[in-house]
Amino acid sequence: MPRVLGKPRFVLTSLFILQLQYAIKSVRINIMSLDKQDVVNIAHLARLSIDAQDIPNYVENLSSILDLVEQMNKVDTTGVQPMAHPLDEVQRLRVDKVTEENQRDLFQSTAPETEAGLYLVPKVIE
Amino acid sequence: MHTKTIAQLSQALGKGDISSEELTQQFLNRIELHDKELNSFITVTADLALTQARAADARRKSGEATPLTGVPLLHKDIFCSQGVKTTCGSKMLDNFISPYNATVVEKCNAAGMVMLGKANMDEFAMGSSNETSYYGPVKNPWDLAAVPGGSSGGSAAAVAARLTPIATGTDTGGSIRQPAALCGITGLKPTYGRVSRYGMIAFASSLDQAGPMAASAQDAAMLLNVMAGFDARDSTSVERDVPDYTVALDDSIAGLKIGLPKEYFGEGLDSDVAKVVDDAIKQYQALGAELVEISLPNSQLSVPVYYVVAPAECSSNLSRFDGVRFGYRCEDPKDLEDFYKRNRGEGFGSEVKRRIMIGTYALSAGYYDAYYLKAQQIRKLISEDFVQAFKKVDVIMGPTTPSVAFNIGEKVDDPITMYLSDVYTIATNLAGLPGMSIPAGFGNVSGKERPVGLQIIGNYFAEDKLLNVAHVYQQATDWHTKIPAAYS
Repeated sequence: MPRVLGKPRFVLTSLFILQLQYAIKSVRINIMSLDKQDVVNIAHLARLSIDAQDIPNYVENLSSILDLVEQMNKVDTTGVQPMAHPLDEVQRLRVDKVTEENQRDLFQSTAPETEAGLYLVPKVIE
Repeated sequence: MHTKTIAQLSQALGKGDISSEELTQQFLNRIELHDKELNSFITVTADLALTQARAADARRKSGEATPLTGVPLLHKDIFCSQGVKTTCGSKMLDNFISPYNATVVEKCNAAGMVMLGKANMDEFAMGSSNETSYYGPVKNPWDLAAVPGGSSGGSAAAVAARLTPIATGTDTGGSIRQPAALCGITGLKPTYGRVSRYGMIAFASSLDQAGPMAASAQDAAMLLNVMAGFDARDSTSVERDVPDYTVALDDSIAGLKIGLPKEYFGEGLDSDVAKVVDDAIKQYQALGAELVEISLPNSQLSVPVYYVVAPAECSSNLSRFDGVRFGYRCEDPKDLEDFYKRNRGEGFGSEVKRRIMIGTYALSAGYYDAYYLKAQQIRKLISEDFVQAFKKVDVIMGPTTPSVAFNIGEKVDDPITMYLSDVYTIATNLAGLPGMSIPAGFGNVSGKERPVGLQIIGNYFAEDKLLNVAHVYQQATDWHTKIPAAYS
């Protein structure tokens, strides 16, 4: 069956590859040169305050790391199964039964601020 | 006593030549004398150590000792230790007294070992020079101008200067083997899943693995016997029997097939390191091993792949540090967002922030396929290279690092050059394989000797084979017995 549909599929595929190459090129331009605004956006997503004076340094460092990572594009990975776990093991399951004791007081002994067993943070709603 | 291996200390304790309390006090004295200079400890737990030592002496008397009962050790400050400050080298955890023990700490305690303290390290294990630590850089005992390597730099320097007879370390991209090489000691990163990660502060969960850092392969085997094993509290721990790693140490290596990956001997390798590694390999030939040239073609991409996978996993793991339940908390936050951002922004150092940002970017919408998925696919290819290689050879050998220890401050402003110092170690973590570094000689920087490590990589769960191959070499040579003159 694939034989019959072989030809049109090939045309579609090459069109798709062309589009993909274009997409990768445009992504690359994005990737390779992060600007100040990108760094500010990423820092916000990661909930990290960074000093304004450090931003140019992050722009340079992060861009050079992404340049290094860019070497991955030299390899054709079509059809390669991604490796998520070094030993290809599956998640181990356990019986659905309570095994942990309540150790709230112990764990809260290291907390910056607690009250009545609750963790305190700045006011969220006025 | 400080020049003795733990195998020898175990015997001396067993015969009653010395008590654990005396031995522990001797090491505490050495720490007091030398560590202001080296900065290899973040915390010295003198009182706890002496209490544990007295308990060990009582246990020896009652006839219930294990081989390592009463032997002092140093834990990398990445392992949670109950009632003791556990910082991971970060301002974020400067006030963190762990409420529980890591499994590794628990197992060492159960064996009756004595904890001397917690070792300095790169912040959250992110670094190759120990310069990212909030507690300041560690110095290399062979040359105080040089870095000890990282991230387990405190563990490596302390063992090299014999401020502790043995230490624990962790290895995500080379963090046991690289500092072991640069400090001239023996370090082993076991197969992923061999040692429990429970209570070991997570950096990149699919790569992190703990292992021993020691004066010899025999010592590493003895500590691995204590550390290894299945742990239900670590979901990636492997359910598989642990052999006695000391049993096969003396097996003959006649006919051993050693694979030499051509990619590990090419451009970028310093000539003094190449010479030492060549000599070590000739020594193996003299011991009856056969050399086989192999290729690991995709290993060239291990650094780029690593700098997607590790930051991606780190950005996820480190999201737990928000200052709500433990750790650093900023002064007078404006609102909740300011609170999170400043807790994290002020609590983390710049290398950690860089990696969190790279990971956040790589995992953000629209980029996942181009980065994380692509990296995992190449990771598969890197791993397949090893599978093919191990059809032909028993172990793989090469340099642990491309150069001897560099100077403190030399690479600190250039992350990429720093990252490339792990170029030969990272592929092993990506594949999940065990790897070792053993001292094999010295290079020379401005008239001072700096150690060179030989890397030995084994097949999955072949730690016993690695230790055997390393031990046989150490029986025929004396590089592993060298101690820097100022500490001998």
